[in-house]
Amino acid sequence: MAVTAKSLLRPRAHTEEEEDPTEHLLLDPRPRGEMNAMVMESMHTTSWKFWIVTMVLALIVAVCLFGAWGYMIANGLGVAGVTKPEYWGIFLVNTVFWIGISHAGTFVSALLRVLKVEFRRPFTRAAELMTTFGLVQAGLSIFMHLGRVWLSYWLFPYPNERGLWPNFHSPLMWDFMAINTYLLASTMYLFMPLIPDLAMARDRSTGWRKVFYRILSLGFRGTEGEWTHLKTAMNIFAFAILPVMFSVHTIVAWDFAMATRPGWSSTVFGPYFVVGALHSGLAAVVVVLFIISTTMKNMKYFIRPEHFDGIGKLMLMITMTWGYFFFNDYIVEWYGGESISRTLQKFLETGPLAWMWITMLVLNFVIPLAVLWNRRWRRTPWVMFGLGILINIGMWFERYIIIPDALTINRMPFTWRVYIPHVEIPLTIGTFALFILLYMLASRLIPLVPVWEVQEGQMAHTLRKFGKAKVATKAEIE
Amino acid sequence: MTTPTPSDTPEPKWGMVIDQDLCTGCQACVTACAMENNLSFVGEEDAGYGRGMHWIRVERFWTGVFPTVYTSFQPVLCQQCGHAPCEPVCPVFASVHSESEQINVQVYNRCVGTRYCANNCPYQAREFNWRDYPRPDPLSNQLNPDVTVRRRGVMEKCTFCVQRIRRVEDQAHSENRAVRDGEVQPACAQACPAHAITFGLLEDPDSQVSIKARNSRGTLLLGELGTLPRVTYLKGGATHGSNG
Repeated sequence: MAVTAKSLLRPRAHTEEEEDPTEHLLLDPRPRGEMNAMVMESMHTTSWKFWIVTMVLALIVAVCLFGAWGYMIANGLGVAGVTKPEYWGIFLVNTVFWIGISHAGTFVSALLRVLKVEFRRPFTRAAELMTTFGLVQAGLSIFMHLGRVWLSYWLFPYPNERGLWPNFHSPLMWDFMAINTYLLASTMYLFMPLIPDLAMARDRSTGWRKVFYRILSLGFRGTEGEWTHLKTAMNIFAFAILPVMFSVHTIVAWDFAMATRPGWSSTVFGPYFVVGALHSGLAAVVVVLFIISTTMKNMKYFIRPEHFDGIGKLMLMITMTWGYFFFNDYIVEWYGGESISRTLQKFLETGPLAWMWITMLVLNFVIPLAVLWNRRWRRTPWVMFGLGILINIGMWFERYIIIPDALTINRMPFTWRVYIPHVEIPLTIGTFALFILLYMLASRLIPLVPVWEVQEGQMAHTLRKFGKAKVATKAEIE
Repeated sequence: MTTPTPSDTPEPKWGMVIDQDLCTGCQACVTACAMENNLSFVGEEDAGYGRGMHWIRVERFWTGVFPTVYTSFQPVLCQQCGHAPCEPVCPVFASVHSESEQINVQVYNRCVGTRYCANNCPYQAREFNWRDYPRPDPLSNQLNPDVTVRRRGVMEKCTFCVQRIRRVEDQAHSENRAVRDGEVQPACAQACPAHAITFGLLEDPDSQVSIKARNSRGTLLLGELGTLPRVTYLKGGATHGSNG
């Protein structure tokens, strides 16, 4: 009787091992005309549901954002919950949160472009749009926060007869400059790769859209000279915007780290905030990609499980980095043993918002670490969507803990008081609604997929037959 | 435009000594300060939410277990730091250092209300105008004409009654003499029935305030932060009789 050797290990499913090469967007080419038509169609298709959602969002923006803000401007910040000693409340939580969201756009687009990571191609635009619109929310939140917003132009270094300049000693001033720089740079960086696609749209549309695209595409025809200039400019910008991106959130962190508050004056805040920003930003990219791939026409072709997989790996790395920085920040405070720092840590962990502290750790670290190692989960878009939402909630909690929750404790125990938000809540809902509204409208105005980038990738990648085997090959185009 | 950062060794000029043994916690200083400096009355609801406007507050601490309970009082006002954390963080130069008086001053007209200064003040000595608070009729007649009335959205804080300092200085200057010790009295010191607050020139080593500041009971509030406060606290603990 023959002895059959049997492996003790579970037999591996070979179907999962041998993936179909056409699962990759770049190895599943379509004719250029067809792809252009697909993108144009996705831009033109609006169902009645789209308009209902737009109307509801517009209403929310009008009431919760502009209505509540107007009410607050007319009555003073007293209608908000900020008080002594939490002089900074949810407005700054939202500012930091939205700047964090805005980071992913540049990170995904510029860093992956610089490193020539190929899976970036179909979603760079979707991420860059998040940067610009996220920064709009961050800017609005800062202005909401000001006591006398009608004088906010005093933060600008404009010439005036008093010879007064803003105070460049103030971290808030650096912050203001950094955010302005980033907003300008990221808008230009959004615009440049958009030009060829706008030109494509111009050639395929009529009526007001044709006028709109003709103006925006700046007469781009696709000559070699134009491409050379555009590519050079994009290359310069991609390299230049990366340090800007890192510096922006470092400077946001300095708003806190430069202060004398316990829990804030930490030297690790700069990188910790950058990583936190990338954490929430990448999660937000996943959320947006899921929504556009399920709601917009033809997007399933462009946004595939491989993209969720690729971002998922990045997120796993960022999750671990975030955990490391959190631990670093925590252990140094704790080991330092200054009594006020210990008091603050104890308050955060066991005080009225202890649930938020624990939830933050679970959502930002435990759950992503438990989910993202698994390839199958990484490739399941709705799992990644859920994870993206959870991480963003966790990161919002993190900022809430750092700002109003930590402000509760200061060196004068007589003034300790717990913060209760009031008009901040509708204003927060308003900024979220405005972000979604802007994104929805933009998705019908500009091509959400960088068609030329996808086509360039598809031209460079081909499946070649070597004997019986099909091998994915790549040609260097640039 | 000079920078708001004081020089590395700022010479103190005006200073204050608060004797915590003498303080009875009667809040006369709080009231007098509110009258002198046109502080707003925020009403019950806002006061309950921690928005009461006080340039000086009397912190009350209980120690011990009943029946052996002791109270101690600590009046806290702006410490007019030599190295003030509130000054460099203001983006619009609303929180600046007065080189002539060596105190921290708030330029109300310049303030845009970022509230960074208040966050960075380790003494929590700054107050923000969360709203425009009404002044019902008799109150509107008691405004001090020497002091600006602040509107909503600006930060404010103790000035060491700079209007009184300037008046005395001008008087002395016109009489061609130096300012006499004890001639300047901020509202809180003037109102204190226990004489717990002493004010004067720290640059004069023989002034009452300088002598008291050298007392062995003297401590600086959060002096370890290096803010160089101009207010010296004489430690309590019933060294001058019980205040329990």
